[in-house]
Amino acid sequence: MAKKKFVVGCFDDEAVLFPAVKKVRTAGYKIHDVYTPFAVHGLDHAMGLRETSLHTAGFIYGITGTTTALSCISWIFTKDWPLNIGGKPHFALPAWVPITFELTVLFAAVGMVLTFCYLCQLAPFVKKHHFHARATDDLFVMVIECTDKTNAEDLKGFLASNGAVETDIQVAEEGWWLGHYDKDEMRFEAKQTVAA
Amino acid sequence: MHLKYESQLREPLVYGDKNYHQVTEDIVRPIEAKPTRLWYIGFYIAVCLLLFGVYAIYRDVTYGIGQWNLNKTVGWGWDITNFVWWVGIGHAGTLISAILLLFRQGWRTGVNRAAEAMTIFAVMCAGQFPIWHMGRVWMAFFVLPYPNSRGPLWVNFNSPLLWDVFAISTYFTVSLLFWYSGLLPDFATVRDRAFTKLRKRLYGVAAFGWTGSTKHWQRHESLSLVLAGLSTPLVLSVHTIVSFDFATSVIPGWHTTIFPPYFVAGAIFSGFAMVQTLMVIIRKVFGMEDYITMGHIEAMNKVIVLTGSIVGVAYLTELFMGWYSQNKYEGYTFWYSRAYLFSPYGWSYWGMMACNVLSPQIFWFRKMRRNLFVTFFMSIIVNIGMWFERFVIIVTSLYRDYLPSSWSVYYSPTIWEIGFYAGTFGLFFTCFFLFAKYFPVIAIAEIKYVLKTTGEGYKGRMETIEGENLESFVHEHAH
Repeated sequence: MAKKKFVVGCFDDEAVLFPAVKKVRTAGYKIHDVYTPFAVHGLDHAMGLRETSLHTAGFIYGITGTTTALSCISWIFTKDWPLNIGGKPHFALPAWVPITFELTVLFAAVGMVLTFCYLCQLAPFVKKHHFHARATDDLFVMVIECTDKTNAEDLKGFLASNGAVETDIQVAEEGWWLGHYDKDEMRFEAKQTVAA
Repeated sequence: MHLKYESQLREPLVYGDKNYHQVTEDIVRPIEAKPTRLWYIGFYIAVCLLLFGVYAIYRDVTYGIGQWNLNKTVGWGWDITNFVWWVGIGHAGTLISAILLLFRQGWRTGVNRAAEAMTIFAVMCAGQFPIWHMGRVWMAFFVLPYPNSRGPLWVNFNSPLLWDVFAISTYFTVSLLFWYSGLLPDFATVRDRAFTKLRKRLYGVAAFGWTGSTKHWQRHESLSLVLAGLSTPLVLSVHTIVSFDFATSVIPGWHTTIFPPYFVAGAIFSGFAMVQTLMVIIRKVFGMEDYITMGHIEAMNKVIVLTGSIVGVAYLTELFMGWYSQNKYEGYTFWYSRAYLFSPYGWSYWGMMACNVLSPQIFWFRKMRRNLFVTFFMSIIVNIGMWFERFVIIVTSLYRDYLPSSWSVYYSPTIWEIGFYAGTFGLFFTCFFLFAKYFPVIAIAEIKYVLKTTGEGYKGRMETIEGENLESFVHEHAH
């Protein structure tokens, strides 16, 4: 995959991050992503991301489960093998409610999790470029993609003036590839040694 | 902005003036440290119990379940009692993570991870009983509806026992997915600060390449919310369906419409008790007092006294209906086989009453709710009581049925029934010890999310701001 150049600005407080995101966007830069240690509510709106439609997918999976259960059971009990159970009706809808409900939930949950993993490209043995090791600890890492017109040094200064505690220029691959994390340079540990 | 106001009257959920990095440090520390001697002792005891259980099951498979003391009348004994007991315990995790999420109960963040883990392990233990009770366990796949060469002969979709197969397996799958999707960001946290190659590699695999991208978080939030919405009716359906195993039969004492709500309340009751047992241990052993606070313990004790009282009302309603229905079989079961202290199993009924209804009333007192020793002791008493409840329902209804000639002699378990039960304790605690050592026992990302609204340090600062007079506050803080 093609490598791209990114300017990275790290913030240590989401209260500083929000105005910075706004300023970077008004200045016309394209935010590649912001990596945060937890779900910062409202950040997706601040970045102008559209709402996710994962829940719609969940609904579709759910009704698929309902339909599967109802059609299978009714076919089995009325057409394929109409079993006489104490002379009760073959089409015993109330007795099928529990299994229909369970399959609805099962399909919705499994389908949604698989879709989530697919959309976010998450799977075991998947490796991605991490712009900062502390993005999963206590830093909010804003990554801006450089175009031909971008002056990376200026942008670094701009980020620092908006409260970034650390800035950096990185050339990195987008997307994911198969790999192991132990092949990484362990920057977090190195940082700790320096600090000590 | 992210800063939300929370009343000063509410107790902080995170004690100490912590920042995000300290939260990571505190929660990941036990994973990165060497296990203590106490951990090894506990783990080895659990493994020994597990091995004993494996041997008991090996004998079950070799000699058949005839080595249990079941007879023609008491066809369900300890094994189904244990099954219902474990499934009931397995209800608290999803209740905490799903229902309390929908009710916006902030305190769930401290305990949800461990409670969900407990749920998964408890359901694993529960599943053992119906499976090994089959005797010819190599035919276990017969419970699944699949096109086969025997007709095809299908399973009976109208049977509560088959509903159970679907309910328990769905519940297990959904709880596992919910738990694991919540774990991804925390595994990434552990991965990114790992200092050995092996650790980096293993947590790298476990974290699925999580980066913390905003878009991913947005989807993650949506996923958690919908899974919570799905799990809420699911958790209620599971024990409802377990209660149908009894309620749809025509056995006196089982054939009642009160069973579904009564079983669900009982499940929450015993589940919270098990969460308390484990939480009191975890906060002590791992020094998590700042995250699993007395406020958390008290909140769970309130749930225990509420659900315990609901269960108590159900017991009394059953007794009342045993008389009011004027059905002599119901009356005999409730007023002789159960409530008469000197009947063969009267002791188990009154043991159940004492443990489940009377003793939890102690939690009406705030001082008792916030006492760790009382909490720990009561959590065990409640689980003993809930075990008795299932034993009472199953055995006292079965041992004297409609036909006096088939009344059974006194049923008591053999060592292999007890060994099987002990084995599931081994399985449960082996899993739990491994979880406590290798997994973040508290949801790191979720604690960070609530830190600024409910952390003691931040609340303290808000208090200073509140104390200032308005004019000087505006003067200093306005931009």
